[in-house]
Amino acid sequence: MSIFENELNELRENILKLGYMVENAIRDSVKSLVERDTELAKQVIKRDHLVNALDVKIDEECVRLIALRQPMARDLRLITTAMKITTDLERMGDLAVNIAERAIELNQEPQLKPFVNIPKMAEITQSMVRDSLDSFVTGCSRLPYEVIKRDDEVDELTVKNFEELLAFMIKDPKNIPVAVKRTYIAKYLERIADHATNICEMIIYMCKGKMIRHTEIT
Amino acid sequence: MVEEKNIFEIKNFNVWYGDFQAVKDVNLNISSNRITAIIGPSGCGKSTLLRAMNRMNDLITSSRTSGQMLFHNIDIYDKNTDVIELRRRVGMVFQKPNPFPSSVYENVAYGPKLRGIKKKSALDEIVEQALIKADLWKEVKDKLNDSGLSLSGGQMQRLCIARSLAQQPEVILFDEPTSALDPISTAHIENLLQELQKTVTIVIVTHNMQQAARISHYTAFMYLGELIEFGNTDTIFVNPANKLTEEYITGRFG
Repeated sequence: MSIFENELNELRENILKLGYMVENAIRDSVKSLVERDTELAKQVIKRDHLVNALDVKIDEECVRLIALRQPMARDLRLITTAMKITTDLERMGDLAVNIAERAIELNQEPQLKPFVNIPKMAEITQSMVRDSLDSFVTGCSRLPYEVIKRDDEVDELTVKNFEELLAFMIKDPKNIPVAVKRTYIAKYLERIADHATNICEMIIYMCKGKMIRHTEIT
Repeated sequence: MVEEKNIFEIKNFNVWYGDFQAVKDVNLNISSNRITAIIGPSGCGKSTLLRAMNRMNDLITSSRTSGQMLFHNIDIYDKNTDVIELRRRVGMVFQKPNPFPSSVYENVAYGPKLRGIKKKSALDEIVEQALIKADLWKEVKDKLNDSGLSLSGGQMQRLCIARSLAQQPEVILFDEPTSALDPISTAHIENLLQELQKTVTIVIVTHNMQQAARISHYTAFMYLGELIEFGNTDTIFVNPANKLTEEYITGRFG
């Protein structure tokens, strides 16, 4: 195997590592909310600098590869995809931190109602993140298309969650601070799912050389 | 950019050297006022195809061709073709700079003189214009009587381009024009090609893929005598359709 191919493999591994860290952050942030575990939420916040550092490292490595190896065709598409994927992953990490921050705040208040929609959203969102990373490794299959479709379910749950919380707010304005925070959390998850969608769109580009962003996919 | 049309149409074209078939059933159109690059590994037939475009291969006795090589819709392999006139209209610049062992001025004036231009003032004008177009005038205007061989490698190559331009060609064929030059002279020639392309059609054979990517509008990839893929340069280098093309341009060949 050539030096360049080794470098590309290392790049793939680093993306997966970043993805793994972000997956853990999302899982733990939701867990800290549902299980009212403030200590876990603090850990998520504390670990975010590792995600940021790896994001920077991957970007620098991509620039180095472009400068020194002058990649063409599929190599070029892999590297440009890696650069965009890391940005999406890093943003997901930030959103997990946001969830953890809201969890810490909510854990200090009495529970408004049991969590139903948010764990469902979290489950779908996490499957989207995991499958988007899987399709980055396994390459060209139907998987990224299927992940993109799942985004609609998350969007629907976001609306449903908001409507239910709205009812609580109308019933008693004292519920508003807590309900608004729970609305935020749903929004964060919805944004994470959007980033997973972005990743899948880039993977389709990586495979096919065709940008499908901002188009209706079939 | 100037509108393009097919200046060359190559149809089912073959070239043999004795029993060896160097070019196999190539179909390719060359657009006017554009730069077309031909890439491929050594021995793929790219130089042979280039040389076939102004019948340079005629000089190799064992070579023969079949199929059509249409220049402005006329087959240049027709027996009535005036080969001298063809080579005036379709010039060539080679890998190693090869100025004549005469002065800078004579190198450029040689072709026009053969064409029958004798008036000193007319020749002066042609020489100056050709050297300006080849971006060499400023460097040699005070030493037009020095030997062409006294120039640097990059200057000699530009002198050869000026010599070709003095014939007012429609097409210039470049066979690895920068492979013997340093990066600065190479960049100089590449910029010059971009400039020339406004008035002249350029076909360039190059081993340097980055060069093809930098300067050409269209790229043809050849392998074992066959044209494997032809298309817009950005498509070829970002998302080639053919697996062989991809292997070659990503450096995973063989």
